[in-house]
Amino acid sequence: MLKTFPKGGIHPHENKITSAKAIKKLPLPKTVYVPISQHIGIPSEIIVERKEKVSIGQVIAKSGGYVSSNIHSPVAGTVTKLDKLIDSSGYKKQCIVIRTDFKDQSNFEIIDTPLQTEIKLSETEILQHITDYGIVGLGGATFPSHVKLNIKKDKIIDYLIINGVECEPYLTADHRLMLEKAEEIIVGIEILMFALHIDKIIIGIENNKKNAIDNFKKLTTNNNKIKVAALKIKYPQGSEKQLVKSLLKREVPKNGLPLDVGVIVHNVGTIFAIYEAVQYNKPLIERVVTVTGKKVKNPSNFWVKIGTPVKDLIDEVGGLPEDTRKIINGGPMMGKAIKNTDVPITKGTSGILVISEDEAERKRSKNCIRCGQCVFVCPMGLEPHLLMNLTEKRMYEKAFNEDIMTCIECGSCSYVCPSHRPLLDYIRFGKSIIKKLETDKN
Amino acid sequence: MTDSVLHSVLLLTSLGVIAAIVLYVVSKKFYVYENPLITDVEDLLPAANCAGCGSPGCRSFAEKLVNTEDISNLFCPVGGNDVMKSIAELLGKEVIEKDPTVAVLLCQGSCDMRPKTTQFQGPDSCAISALVFSGETDCQYGCLGKGDCVEACLFDAMYMDKDTGLPIIITDKCTSCGACVEACPKNIIEMRPKNKRDLKIFVGCMNEDKGGIAKKACNVACIGCSKCFDICPKGAITMANNLAYIDPYLCTLCRKCVDICPTNSIIETNFPPKKVKANVKPVKIKTDA
Amino acid sequence: MNNQPIIISASPHVHSSRTSKKLMYDVVIALIPAFLVSLYVFGISALIVTSIAVISCLVFEFLIQKYLLKTEITISDGSALITGILLAFNLPSNLPIWMIIVGSLVAIAVAKSSFGGLGFNIFNPALVGRVFLLISFPVQMTMWPTAVENNTAIADAVTGATPLEIIKEGLMYGETMTELTSKIPSNIDLFLGITGGSLGEMSAIALILGGLFLIIRKVITWHIPTIMLITIAIITGIFWLVNPEKNANPLIHILSGGVLLGAFFMATDLVTSPMTKKGMVIFAIGIGVITVVIRKFGAYPEGVSFAILIMNAFVPLINTYFKPRRFGSKIKSKIV
Repeated sequence: MLKTFPKGGIHPHENKITSAKAIKKLPLPKTVYVPISQHIGIPSEIIVERKEKVSIGQVIAKSGGYVSSNIHSPVAGTVTKLDKLIDSSGYKKQCIVIRTDFKDQSNFEIIDTPLQTEIKLSETEILQHITDYGIVGLGGATFPSHVKLNIKKDKIIDYLIINGVECEPYLTADHRLMLEKAEEIIVGIEILMFALHIDKIIIGIENNKKNAIDNFKKLTTNNNKIKVAALKIKYPQGSEKQLVKSLLKREVPKNGLPLDVGVIVHNVGTIFAIYEAVQYNKPLIERVVTVTGKKVKNPSNFWVKIGTPVKDLIDEVGGLPEDTRKIINGGPMMGKAIKNTDVPITKGTSGILVISEDEAERKRSKNCIRCGQCVFVCPMGLEPHLLMNLTEKRMYEKAFNEDIMTCIECGSCSYVCPSHRPLLDYIRFGKSIIKKLETDKN
Repeated sequence: MTDSVLHSVLLLTSLGVIAAIVLYVVSKKFYVYENPLITDVEDLLPAANCAGCGSPGCRSFAEKLVNTEDISNLFCPVGGNDVMKSIAELLGKEVIEKDPTVAVLLCQGSCDMRPKTTQFQGPDSCAISALVFSGETDCQYGCLGKGDCVEACLFDAMYMDKDTGLPIIITDKCTSCGACVEACPKNIIEMRPKNKRDLKIFVGCMNEDKGGIAKKACNVACIGCSKCFDICPKGAITMANNLAYIDPYLCTLCRKCVDICPTNSIIETNFPPKKVKANVKPVKIKTDA
Repeated sequence: MNNQPIIISASPHVHSSRTSKKLMYDVVIALIPAFLVSLYVFGISALIVTSIAVISCLVFEFLIQKYLLKTEITISDGSALITGILLAFNLPSNLPIWMIIVGSLVAIAVAKSSFGGLGFNIFNPALVGRVFLLISFPVQMTMWPTAVENNTAIADAVTGATPLEIIKEGLMYGETMTELTSKIPSNIDLFLGITGGSLGEMSAIALILGGLFLIIRKVITWHIPTIMLITIAIITGIFWLVNPEKNANPLIHILSGGVLLGAFFMATDLVTSPMTKKGMVIFAIGIGVITVVIRKFGAYPEGVSFAILIMNAFVPLINTYFKPRRFGSKIKSKIV
């Protein structure tokens, strides 16, 4: 029996079209648009001026607080504008626009550099590198990694879980990375083992990536500290709380973090970024992005500089198909629909998904037939139909008592609803109102 | 036969008497004293329960009025000065007269003026669509057109105009309770003073983008050119964030700014039509007044 | 790119292919075997009763939505169709046509539309229609045409009692079970459906087939039918063990009357059953207990309809008190 979490979950069509496509390097973009809030927390502060020349990897926006992160220039070039541009949130956000100077891009061609296994830095130096080089969680939540790794003394951490689940349909960025950079990821894990003094590591991978599982198993045969666990295919297994439950049968308490049950969870992409930052002093300026879609001509995976407009990626896979009606930043379950192709890739972009006419339209919502499907699939044990009703009627306090805030917004309820009710739309709205009410209270 | 009639009559009468005694005892025992003034004040209030005063309903507002010493900062926007005056007389307290206000929409981005570039699919609610993105047009600040304000209005003073996609405020019905201001996620409804003939001049735009970008997104956007600022004889116009704002208390309704605005984004309401037409056509906005 | 603008919507951007319409038509498919059996047993009259019920349900739904509620017309969603079929399955095959129409009117107008249409009704519409008819026209509703083997002629010539009626009356007049067993059809006949009774409730095998289909298609979960049947079996089993001469054995109880139809198709009605698995268990136990109580102590020989309706009334309460366990609400595991 493969491991999985016990309650809820769905099985959307996997559609992992690009899982056999090697990661290609995207040609250098002419202009990059780097938003200053690419992570959860306080936006960074811009420290460059217009017309300033920046070199590759130079800090262009400084961390704005503890829960924040540095942002580095992904290219060498000239800052042309500091302007507000639409990013994937659908709103105009402050961006640093850099025109690429094609002369000097020589630094940080790490992807092709040889494997370096020897860890030369001390524990504090490692953490300092992770802080300085702007590493954030690359699974999608973009939580600054140094906050996650900075463990208070009274907490006991015994497990480090490496999240290679990638349960979102279509996306294959993590899968490819695990195949192509497995050795580097192992070194990255060793770096964290050394820095955090943890000696129990589990790499969790869903069973639809058998070659990645075999690959890691081969690499860790002599290492009894790192275990590779194959997981049953089920969405949303990649969610931290569900993954901890699947692998260790530990249940993260309500409103708690995996830290509370002695676990740290990191995405494989983050681990690779940590490897680069620690071994080669390379800041987080590029990531793997899957560009896919059923009608896209050459769907593939790319190494993309942060700030590259989506347009460049779309051009690389053969342009937008004729009947495109929706472009999604991220996967189909949790990604955000974007307004146009000028939106830049940020640290949290794991994929660009192009959806054509026949699948883009939302069906009209009908009466709830109280079938209870949403209740059965909710991995958090909530009652989405009830939460939607309560927020629709503005009964926020009652919704709060029904644990609306523990919703992880995985979208399983909306996915499964036979009446096409916009359950998650309302739940998200209710959450935002309650958050606002709470901040007003304080 | 007579027996059973007698029995039932007796039984029911005694039941009635017992129930009456119980009710009497309970009503005496659990009597709560309440200031009779509260009911009197409540009778004077418009009983709309709109929460425009800040209290959840008219009854609780009446309690507040009776129980607080200084009621000069309390005001019922629906009843207006007349109601407040009669309450003040009843309670023997002072109230400050306030200018009546009315809600105005600070957006003219109709479907013609502001082309839609995307299409939103989801629940028909401004607040929910505002969570997802900035709006179907390229303007991030303007009306979303899903009618949260119309739904919030308890006085039927608003409706959605199907041609323009914007809400229309019926000035006569507007009680300035502020429900629409609360409901609007874009904060584009403002309460502005209403003078005798309901003459108003205001900037009908909230777009903070730079001129070119704003104009590209919407034909009637304020581009922050400062022409009105320069021409205003009373200094009633301030410029901030590429946006002009007309202070209603300083404005003398001279209408110079209306003519000079290159994008027609300054709105005038209820003025008689001008005899000599300038090059710029005055923007007509629909009101039912 | 074509002229149509790009769509923006909140996640998720994909949707399961299951729709409420598909769920409803799955139920219709599951009812087909039982219908075929009744067609075999009762001949053409089964077809007449069913089609009258279905057509009148659809017509009433249409009229009410068009002229009374003035809402969108949703007769194609299959819910009125199911109500019609289930209503017909609960009627004797020789019921006058006007009574069927009255039953449909009560089912659609009173039990469904007055609550607000699909999804808002508290009681199972078909059962409300059936119980209304049973109380209003008890004579006609309990005149069962008996099934005669290889009978293809019009069947309303011979009428008789259902096995449960025979047992109930027999026990009242002091007969013992051993005497009664000869009067009722054998277990095999009950299982295959060669017996008297309402249209759709006789053939156990057909109903079980349909029920399994629904469970496999994940329209319903196994909880309600299984637990309801187990409850009935246990309680009647206890009575039977105590005094086998005065009580029918559990197998007769389960195979006869509307137990199987109720367990697989009526109690599991999506709208009127609880939404959590815990709630479903409570709901099913309640139905089982009430059914046996009515059969054993009540005036009616058959109690499934009443039991389901009574438990329907408790569903909102069950939904309030039996919540799914919230993730992380109790920490079982501790740091090793």
